[in-house]
Amino acid sequence: MSHSPSGTAADHSAHSHGPDGHHHESFLRKYVFSQDHKVIGIQYGLTSLLFLLFGFTLMMMMRWQLAYPEQQLPALRFALPFGVVGLIVLAYSRFRPGIHMVVGTAIVLLGWLVYWLATDEAMMPGGIMLPEFYNSLGAMHGTIMVFLGVVPLAVGAFGNYVMPLQIGAPDMAFPKLNMMSYWVYFVGGVVMLVSFFVPGGAANSGWTSYPPLSHIATTGQTVWLFGMIFLITSSLLGSVNFIVTVIQLRAKGLHFMRLPFFVWAQFVTSFLLLLAFPPLEAAGVLQLMDRLAGTSFFLPSGLVISGELLPNTGGGSPLLWQHLFWFLAHPEVYVLILPAMGIIAEVIANNTRKPLWGYKSLVYAAVFLGFTSFIVWAHHMFLTGMGTAISSFFQTTTMIISIPSVIILSAFFISLHGGSIRFNSAMLFALAFLPMFGIGGLTGLPLGLSASDIALHDTYYVIGHFHYVVAPGTIFALLAGIYYWFPKITGRVLNERLGKVHFWGSFVCMNVIFFPMLIQGLAGVSRRLYDGGAQYAHALDVLYLNEWMSVGAWAMALFQIVFIVNIFRSLRSGEAAKENHWQATTLEWSAAPTPPVAHGNFAKVPEVFRGPYEYSVPGAASDFTPQNHSG
Amino acid sequence: MEIPYTVHTRPDTGLYNAKLGIWLFLASEVMLFGALFTTYILLRVGALEWPHGSAILNVPLATVNTVVLITSSITMVMSWASLKMKAFSKYRMYMGLTFLLGIGFLIIKSIEYAAKFEHHLFPANNTFFAIYFTLTGLHGLHVIGGMIVNGYLWGPGSRMWKTDPERFTNRVEVAGLYWHFVDLVWIFLFPVLYLL
Amino acid sequence: MDDSHDIKKHVRTYIAVFVALLALTFVTVAISYLHLDVTSAVIVALIVACIKGGLVASYFMHLISEKKIIYASLILTAVFFVVLMSLPIFAASDPIINNNVP
Repeated sequence: MSHSPSGTAADHSAHSHGPDGHHHESFLRKYVFSQDHKVIGIQYGLTSLLFLLFGFTLMMMMRWQLAYPEQQLPALRFALPFGVVGLIVLAYSRFRPGIHMVVGTAIVLLGWLVYWLATDEAMMPGGIMLPEFYNSLGAMHGTIMVFLGVVPLAVGAFGNYVMPLQIGAPDMAFPKLNMMSYWVYFVGGVVMLVSFFVPGGAANSGWTSYPPLSHIATTGQTVWLFGMIFLITSSLLGSVNFIVTVIQLRAKGLHFMRLPFFVWAQFVTSFLLLLAFPPLEAAGVLQLMDRLAGTSFFLPSGLVISGELLPNTGGGSPLLWQHLFWFLAHPEVYVLILPAMGIIAEVIANNTRKPLWGYKSLVYAAVFLGFTSFIVWAHHMFLTGMGTAISSFFQTTTMIISIPSVIILSAFFISLHGGSIRFNSAMLFALAFLPMFGIGGLTGLPLGLSASDIALHDTYYVIGHFHYVVAPGTIFALLAGIYYWFPKITGRVLNERLGKVHFWGSFVCMNVIFFPMLIQGLAGVSRRLYDGGAQYAHALDVLYLNEWMSVGAWAMALFQIVFIVNIFRSLRSGEAAKENHWQATTLEWSAAPTPPVAHGNFAKVPEVFRGPYEYSVPGAASDFTPQNHSG
Repeated sequence: MEIPYTVHTRPDTGLYNAKLGIWLFLASEVMLFGALFTTYILLRVGALEWPHGSAILNVPLATVNTVVLITSSITMVMSWASLKMKAFSKYRMYMGLTFLLGIGFLIIKSIEYAAKFEHHLFPANNTFFAIYFTLTGLHGLHVIGGMIVNGYLWGPGSRMWKTDPERFTNRVEVAGLYWHFVDLVWIFLFPVLYLL
Repeated sequence: MDDSHDIKKHVRTYIAVFVALLALTFVTVAISYLHLDVTSAVIVALIVACIKGGLVASYFMHLISEKKIIYASLILTAVFFVVLMSLPIFAASDPIINNNVP
């Protein structure tokens, strides 16, 4: 079952005869414009982690303003940690080119960008944040976290790296398209970063960019729209590739009901991206036309702004944007959560050493979830006065969509029952995901009912709700995935002790940050206040929580430093991973060498004989029976 | 390890990769143009008055353009059929014609645009012109995209006919599917914008 | 699956479809000169366009004899397309857009 080094070497030499034998590949071809799904997956992973770090820092700057309104922001205290961490990573590089060098430099550059932002006199006169800049930080935090951080990490990185290995494919179906998808994403990210430097700063109309506010916004909004068009294009290319790969490149014997749940999750996610993103692309084009060509797609007639009539002809509908935006952005929520659930399924099955409970119901629930996610979007718009009939329709579909989510979560909980659980770092993050996502989901119910939503919609309650879904939910799942697949990708294991420090620190901090938001929200604190509610009568009783949350956020950052150092330290001198390090059943561990061979992934084409989670089968030789085990 | 099913079909799905890929891409295009059509309906239903397309747009010119695009669709499918019949020179002729018809379409379109601009009719004038320019402009970009692919398959890309004729035929089929889709979008654009 | 004899038969179909498309183009333009009322004009124009689109998709794009997975993907797309097309209905009950109502 395991592959001797000689087998791998033989495979290598066999390939050097081929026209694209990798021995002759240039550096650029191999590491920069690579068409190998594994390299592209790592590129996606590192880029999106850096964006997550940056998006997180934008939020930390906002939290300064919320905790200490109108006080000078200590720019150095925000930028210096970047310098220190960057230098640590660079030190691990031993100053030779490689991943450490690239990432270390990128972190130092991000630190410089943060320092520049925090000291820019146009936005931070005397180090005190202008309201416009606060808005900019909020809009860009949302955009970066969702479109440049979590989705590329969940789909671009994990999907790209793990999915082809799990289905026994030599690569993605369209390697060139895969490469293009990454680089289009990269350009989109650079465009978003550049928008901080245009006059008036980056986009400041929220990540949702509702017109007419976004219509009168500064140039940054136009740059944002161009950036979004790049990101959407990248997602479209990626999703076509994913779907074709799953349908066409499955190994012999791997029929659909034998796919690991992670693959199912990626498959459904790709359909969401494929069919939900184009309407937003269209909406982006229309908003660009509004801003650049003077049209009025989203502008009503007779719009008066600051006492002046807008010169546009009008006749458009601001609501149209909201409909088109949420037509994507609600499925996008499931784009964020489904791959996370996929990762959790793999980690839980592996570490409880028993089959996932209700594999089939998980699959059907995921498909149903994906399908239904297309008809719930307007529950984000109860406050627009859509009319009660439409609101009732969408609140009904919203209640219906909670059913498959509950099925999935319950199946995971039941899977724990009676298992002899291995509490490694990956499993800890996976276990924490379950109650955290549970809180996120349950706090969503009052928001799905239009009557209670009207009271809660513009309060911090909403922020608390979706952050519980995305931060201690999705991001914990992604961290679990990093701890779980790191040995596969690098051949080294992440340090468990540092991993546990990272986990417990993050777990406590996440709740310190997000739970008070629910309390503030129920007290009626608006989510759009630049001073955190200091001038707001409702907020006075719960104002002290602002400082708690901010301190929680900064403490959270310290624990992420532990994680970054863990990655680069383990990469250099971590414990070597064994073949099939976690004794897993799925193909990426049981059939591919660790780390996988450069081209073609597998030394021998795998064939599948059984379902994905045959752990502790009575009478079997070991407590796991790999999918490619024929006996 | 080669990527399987780039040329031959996978037995259980009956498809080669690119064919499934292009159909999925077209599915996303349906949603893209769908969003624009839905915008059109919403704006029109909400408008106080909506001009009749034929009163301000050039219907005869657009009819000619429709014929041009339909003709380019038949030459496209003929170019693929020629490859299936192993008649490479016929393929070159039909593909060349498709490309030229694409150019013809764009020339007629730009004559139309120029006439509008001359009469100071811009997207900003009213929501009708806004959606007219956006829809036809985006469609025009799709035509240009298709022509780049067709031009490549007519010129440098056609060398593949000698090395891997089956794969090349597949490529032409896939490019054809895209080109027919662009035609199909126009078939709906034309009555919606010009005749109603 | 296609040998050249089959293809020759296909070519005849293509030409027939081409002629039908041309004819329908002239039909739809001719009808527009009749200046029907808006509702019937929309219905007629869309029916003609759907027939034309159907012909292109069925014969030029070979959708008439395609594989199951492609049908499945397109049916899924069609469902969401219908949802997208019903968006104006969702927005129509909104008081903001009916700006012609005082």
